[in-house]
Amino acid sequence: MPTEILMPALSPTMEEGTLAKWLVKEGDEVKSGDVLAEIETDKATMEFEAVDEGTIGKIMVAEGTEGVKVNTPIATLLEEGESAEDTGPAQRDAGSKTGKSDNATEAASGESSRDETGEAPGRAPAAAKSAVEAVNTPEPQQSPDWPEGTEMRQMTVREALREAMAEEMERDDLVFLMGEEVGEYQGAYKISQGLLDRFGPRRVVDTPITEHGFAGLGVGAAFGGLRPIVEFMTFNFAMQAIDHVINSAAKTLYMSGGQMGCPIVFRGPNGAAARVGAQHSQDYAAWYAAIPGLKVVQPYSAADAKGLLKTAIRDPNPVIFLENEILYGRSFDVPVLDDFTIPFGKAHVVRSGSDVTLVSFGIGVAHALEAAEALAGQGIEAEVVDLRTLRPIDYQSVLTSVKKTNRCVTVEEGFPVGSIGNHISAWLMENAFDWLDAPVINCTGKDVPMPYAANLERLALITADEVVQAVKKVTYK
Amino acid sequence: MARKAAAQAKDEDAAPNISRDELLKLYRDMLLIRRFEEKAGQLYGMGLIGGFCHLYIGQEAVVVGLEATAKEGDKRITSYRDHGHMLASGMDPRGVMAELTGRIGGYSKGKGGSMHMFSREKHFYGGHGIVGAQVPLGAGLAFSDKYRGNDNVTFTYFGDGAANQGQVYEAYNMAELWDLPVIFVIENNQYAMGTSVARSTKSTTFYGRGEAFGIPGEQVDGMDVLAVKAAGQKAVEHCRDGNGPYILEMMTYRYRGHSMSDPAKYRTREEVQKMRDEKDAIEHVRQLLMTGGHASDEDLKAVDKEIKEIVNDSAEFARESPEPPVEELWTDIYADAQA
Repeated sequence: MPTEILMPALSPTMEEGTLAKWLVKEGDEVKSGDVLAEIETDKATMEFEAVDEGTIGKIMVAEGTEGVKVNTPIATLLEEGESAEDTGPAQRDAGSKTGKSDNATEAASGESSRDETGEAPGRAPAAAKSAVEAVNTPEPQQSPDWPEGTEMRQMTVREALREAMAEEMERDDLVFLMGEEVGEYQGAYKISQGLLDRFGPRRVVDTPITEHGFAGLGVGAAFGGLRPIVEFMTFNFAMQAIDHVINSAAKTLYMSGGQMGCPIVFRGPNGAAARVGAQHSQDYAAWYAAIPGLKVVQPYSAADAKGLLKTAIRDPNPVIFLENEILYGRSFDVPVLDDFTIPFGKAHVVRSGSDVTLVSFGIGVAHALEAAEALAGQGIEAEVVDLRTLRPIDYQSVLTSVKKTNRCVTVEEGFPVGSIGNHISAWLMENAFDWLDAPVINCTGKDVPMPYAANLERLALITADEVVQAVKKVTYK
Repeated sequence: MARKAAAQAKDEDAAPNISRDELLKLYRDMLLIRRFEEKAGQLYGMGLIGGFCHLYIGQEAVVVGLEATAKEGDKRITSYRDHGHMLASGMDPRGVMAELTGRIGGYSKGKGGSMHMFSREKHFYGGHGIVGAQVPLGAGLAFSDKYRGNDNVTFTYFGDGAANQGQVYEAYNMAELWDLPVIFVIENNQYAMGTSVARSTKSTTFYGRGEAFGIPGEQVDGMDVLAVKAAGQKAVEHCRDGNGPYILEMMTYRYRGHSMSDPAKYRTREEVQKMRDEKDAIEHVRQLLMTGGHASDEDLKAVDKEIKEIVNDSAEFARESPEPPVEELWTDIYADAQA
């Protein structure tokens, strides 16, 4: 029976891609290692190699096809004696996200790709089927950040971040980008794609893989008057650099009696991607938010990513800018404005509601919005407050909402102990005790290192369903 | 590449190349540090200085010799044993001493303390309390000069203890990779707190550790201010010419404990005394001045008197300057956004 060749997952979070080019045609003999096709993801174009030998039977997806879901059969491979007319195996759910291993996938997934961490390429992203794609982006509430009637343009978070950096580099020669693979590789997550060509190696600096050293070097450059943007390939690796982030960057202005500021942005993906295990899946929001001297940003939408990153680059203080890999490829409306910034310390009410306040930030907002939609179907109207910046925190917006709804649930991906939700709860207890009709519940990731197994990972992550359950508790329904 | 300096820079060789005024200035600058530190030790004993206080006594020739090679715009950064570096860079002794006593007149308004002082004006970038942290920071300062395209250099000082840290080598690697104008100055005073070099590493020649990265280095008699200056000139020239970093390992010695609370049981009294008697950097220059007929006993007494006055004045200022007003607790956490 012919083996199906399936659309491979070429990175931990890839869910679909473009079949850019077939390098074989029907009837071609192939052997293991031959390049079958070029597949373009939102991150990179990669070659897809055969693992088994045989003859290409039927090509089922034409080249140039966009949006081919991972695990979709794209061709058949015939063993000796088989013909293309032989019936293929029973069709499995093409876009399946079950993450189950599959012979055909195995057979054709020896792609010569590198993923972001340079490790073995990921398989089907079981857990990536999450709230972020299940929810259609709701129309954002009228934003206070740009005038009504402003022209909007669809843009991914990735493009928004890139535009923000490019615009600020254009605006100020002291701004430069440094980090691993930001230049010639075009960015491990393609955030910096094209910037090297545009700004040259003086301002787009590829570093060795030495976070402790290059973070310190970046801080020194900021002391010297430059405005570095330091990209961490992920914030997991910033743990090696955290001494410089906190002891050197955050504290120096104070220790110098106001003389020696440190205008620097540390940015990169934070939190869980998909199936990358415990060391690559931590949300550091609460850690950095604990430090006076830092500003901490964690945007959800592309508009916020752009407006807040531009603000971060102009800020004279060290800013931790926490992105999310799963959100990079998501599109949002972004205002078309010459110079669009969003101030720190201003939350955004993403959805209005009267029954409960959901306080969240970053990818947590996606879960909160999904929960809010589900709740609306049950007659509960949730108001979703996206904090956007965690230092400073816009307490007033939370308070205003809680005074209206009298109930609050916080939603975040990080660990439960010492979470942002804990802090918001304590603050509300001190400042809105009489307005609360129920205890605040914190929905967080579980108190375990991130497991690899798809089913366990799903359990470890915060889900919209857990938010729904928490809301039912605080509304006594 | 790395080489060990000829046994000892010869006084006879160096002395003739230096003017009386310059020699006298070296003497004066070293003496200022020595007397200032002695006074700080006293104030500590009186409870006017708190916490950690790491004195530079014994190592004065290193920073004074190197400062003699610096030009306007050159930067310096060091560890927590930093009072000497501040004075040598021209910072006001009053502001330094008042910071030690935690008063508003201090360089950091009393909020930094002994280990955390800065001066943009004098291009002094701290004062860093985490061992080794100043090394990549110093490389970053040099990066900023290279980015701007000027020919300034950064003196990045660290001790033999820090020299075993990973981030030092990360900084070496990038500094050479990008040809950064940074001089890595290892002040090898032979003890990382209480652990001698031999008990910390089997690779005890720190000047040679840049070789793996392509960074030239040399060992220098750090008790001889003229040898320090000569080596410094060479290193500075190397950096200014765009040839990348340079390593200077200064063989020096601290007479006092690691900090004020160090009982110094890890070395003998005799060892310290021998260094003081035979190698003291200030005494060395004093002899040069006297034997060369550059200065009379009277002249030197006048210098001693002047220094004593400066130091006493700084101590007086540091005692009288008020503590920072309570509002200062909440200032300087963030710089105002938007320039």
